[in-house]
Amino acid sequence: MDSIRHWMLGPQGSAYANDVDVLYMFLVWLSVFFFALIVFLTVYLAWKYRRRKEGVLTPNIAHNLTLELLWSIVPLIIVMGIFFWGFNDYVRASVAPNDAIEIHVTGKKWLWAFEYADGTRTIGNLHVPVNRPVKLILTSEDVLHDFYIPSMRQKTDVIPGRFVDLTFTPTVPGRHQVFCAEYCGKSHSDMMANLFVDSPEVYEKWLLEGDPELQTMAPVEVGKLVYENKGCNSCHSIDGSKNTGPSFKGLYGRLEKFTDGSTVTVDDNYIAESINNPQARIVAGYEPVMPTFQGLLRIPEMRGIIAYIKELK
Amino acid sequence: MADIITSPHISGHADHHDVDYLHDGKGLKSWLTTVDHKRIGIMYLWAILFMFFLGGVFAMMIRLELLTPKQTIMSAETYNKVFTLHGAIMVFLFIIPSVPAALANFVLPLMLGAKDVAFPKLNLFSWYIYMVGALIAITAMVTGGVDTGWTFYTPYSTTTDGSVALMTFAVFVLGFSSILTGVNFVATIHKLRAPGMGWFDMPLFCWGIYATALIQVLATPVLAITLLLLLMERTFGIGIFDPKLGGDPVLFQHFFWFYSHPAVYIMILPGMAIISEIIPTFSQKTIFGYRAIAFSSVAIALVSFIVWGHHMFTSGQSQLASAIFSFITFFVAVPSAIKTFNWIVTMYKGSVAFNAPMLYALSFLLLFGIGGLTGIFLGAVSVDIHLHDTYFVVAHFHYVMMGSTVIAFLGGLHYWWPKMFGRMYSESAARVACALVFIGFNATFLPQFVLGSRGMPRRYYNYLPEFQFLHQASTVGSWILGLGFLIMAGYLFASLRKKMDAPANPWHSRTLEWQTSSPPITHNFHEVPSVGGGPYDYYRPMGQGRND
Repeated sequence: MDSIRHWMLGPQGSAYANDVDVLYMFLVWLSVFFFALIVFLTVYLAWKYRRRKEGVLTPNIAHNLTLELLWSIVPLIIVMGIFFWGFNDYVRASVAPNDAIEIHVTGKKWLWAFEYADGTRTIGNLHVPVNRPVKLILTSEDVLHDFYIPSMRQKTDVIPGRFVDLTFTPTVPGRHQVFCAEYCGKSHSDMMANLFVDSPEVYEKWLLEGDPELQTMAPVEVGKLVYENKGCNSCHSIDGSKNTGPSFKGLYGRLEKFTDGSTVTVDDNYIAESINNPQARIVAGYEPVMPTFQGLLRIPEMRGIIAYIKELK
Repeated sequence: MADIITSPHISGHADHHDVDYLHDGKGLKSWLTTVDHKRIGIMYLWAILFMFFLGGVFAMMIRLELLTPKQTIMSAETYNKVFTLHGAIMVFLFIIPSVPAALANFVLPLMLGAKDVAFPKLNLFSWYIYMVGALIAITAMVTGGVDTGWTFYTPYSTTTDGSVALMTFAVFVLGFSSILTGVNFVATIHKLRAPGMGWFDMPLFCWGIYATALIQVLATPVLAITLLLLLMERTFGIGIFDPKLGGDPVLFQHFFWFYSHPAVYIMILPGMAIISEIIPTFSQKTIFGYRAIAFSSVAIALVSFIVWGHHMFTSGQSQLASAIFSFITFFVAVPSAIKTFNWIVTMYKGSVAFNAPMLYALSFLLLFGIGGLTGIFLGAVSVDIHLHDTYFVVAHFHYVMMGSTVIAFLGGLHYWWPKMFGRMYSESAARVACALVFIGFNATFLPQFVLGSRGMPRRYYNYLPEFQFLHQASTVGSWILGLGFLIMAGYLFASLRKKMDAPANPWHSRTLEWQTSSPPITHNFHEVPSVGGGPYDYYRPMGQGRND
């Protein structure tokens, strides 16, 4: 039984996920029962009363009150029960406890940015401590997005001009997948994030120091991680193909031409400017769509991405 | 009333009274200026079948692209346009007009014993509006395309490039075609029933079409208003939905689903209506629970207006609103269950033949069963929060839209094909095609339930490698489905090249459209049919009235 549940619904990340799954599996078995009933009656009646002789008259059986009441009232009672069950779980999961950690989330084409109460800001990686309720407060900078954590069985649309919230209490440490579930354009399917459920000690340490890998990794490796996790890859290719933004391949040292006619030879400072103030100069042939990353990269991360771009010849 | 509304075309050709409608007038002009409901129905049929082909090609492209987790045959931008066009074409240009405008246009007046619909010229006008809407939509596709999804959600739809304005205008125009067809059918059913035919002597098909027409007339104007507002925002920058202009994007969703949820029933009720004809005919048996089925259609139509919020459980609407919408949504389950059991029990002590139309009807019972039962998952709020905008929803609505409505449409097409064209198709080829469509459909969409419950979001161009196996199963299923449709096109076209060979009543049905020749004469019946009994009186010999 449990393996069927796991195959159908994937890993669970919270106690609430299990509640949803119990109702889901109840509905699966209920459906299997009624579907089997439909198949059995259809096949049985169609075969038992198959035509053996042409032109026969059949009895006039127009209705049967008992039977009709039975198949009206029984489904009604069942679905009313399901309504209360589903709604009850939903309401319980919608209310954040008072001690919930509040984290602000911003969706924009095509990345997720997170901001903690102590000022820590990250992109693409959301860290939370295990067994503590979390309340995400979400908004969008452009179009509709939807923050979806399948393992928590939770999602909410993220709406420009409005704050919505999403609550969950993670109980399973490790990495959990986050998707954007509301269509938002070209890189909608790449607008993912990682939810890391940490032990309290690891979480506190992370808040202070950032990702532990950054301390020991080579700058190029850090840069590659930044490229993949902070959403650079939504718009900048590393194989020379044109995307929403210029490719990183062969970018360093190249002569870039801007929309106003000026040029620059790409160096460390130009890359830093493009990350912190992307609207300052726009490369000819591209739209001014890149959001600013001011304050979102720690110094090792900035060094890393520059080193990474340098490597891509 | 029936005397007054004879088309000028018919009265002007008194000497052609015995010519069948296909041969009453030659050449393109005689078709383009016809006011004969049968010819208009056929013109709709070819138009929607072309659109079904186009939407089907886009569907095959989607499935092919999803064969691998990254790029397979097209770029992300192209993919987004392809799934948008697939949805928009299938919903607005194929399914909504499929049964009402094409099949019902042909058979509804015949079933009622009438000479034509109440407003024949308006009927032709509806067809022209449809064609204009279709042309605008095709123009939008070739001049930039549309990448908003068929739902046109704001503010994406008001800010993205492409021919969004043109496409929404096309849908706006198509809406009027739908409204006028609805008005025409309501008037026809009220006023043109043959003498002696009370409301409860009508075939259930007419009840289904009546309920559909009510929704078309009442709900479609809301879509028109919504699209007009969208156009104003996009073209003139008037802030209605875009928060940057002071609007509210969720308002658009309320407006959109206020039409589009009832539209789901514009799509399914006519499918149910066809099943209510096929099952009694091929079982040679009185339909079980006539009034229950008739009232269920009307009940579904009414409830359909107050459940739109169940598309919006994750939209940030209030929890109270979600509770109310979830509660009302579950009431749809009851009339659906009533109908399903009524259809099944109709076969009890019948004389069941397994011709192609009946095979489609039996497929419908199973597929609608799955479509309906998976709807219960989505009605339960907590489960819906997890499943919303995943492949589970995609699979669910394909079971209802395609597995039920399109399967019923195909059943109806095979059922009335001899009446429409006077020719029988190859029964064995039809059975093979039906089996392939049934198998291919399930192979395509069953895996998508599991994809969705495992968390695979819809409208994804790239996907995680863990989902690849189920996606590939689905894609292979789509090839089986496509093969079934190819065979179907083959034998249907082949039948048209034969001499006319269909008897007036090949299925020994009791409804009125079978009491005239195949194909029918232009004014349908030689004399006004007299109605002495019900449409499903299979308990007494053919031709004998209740009072005989």
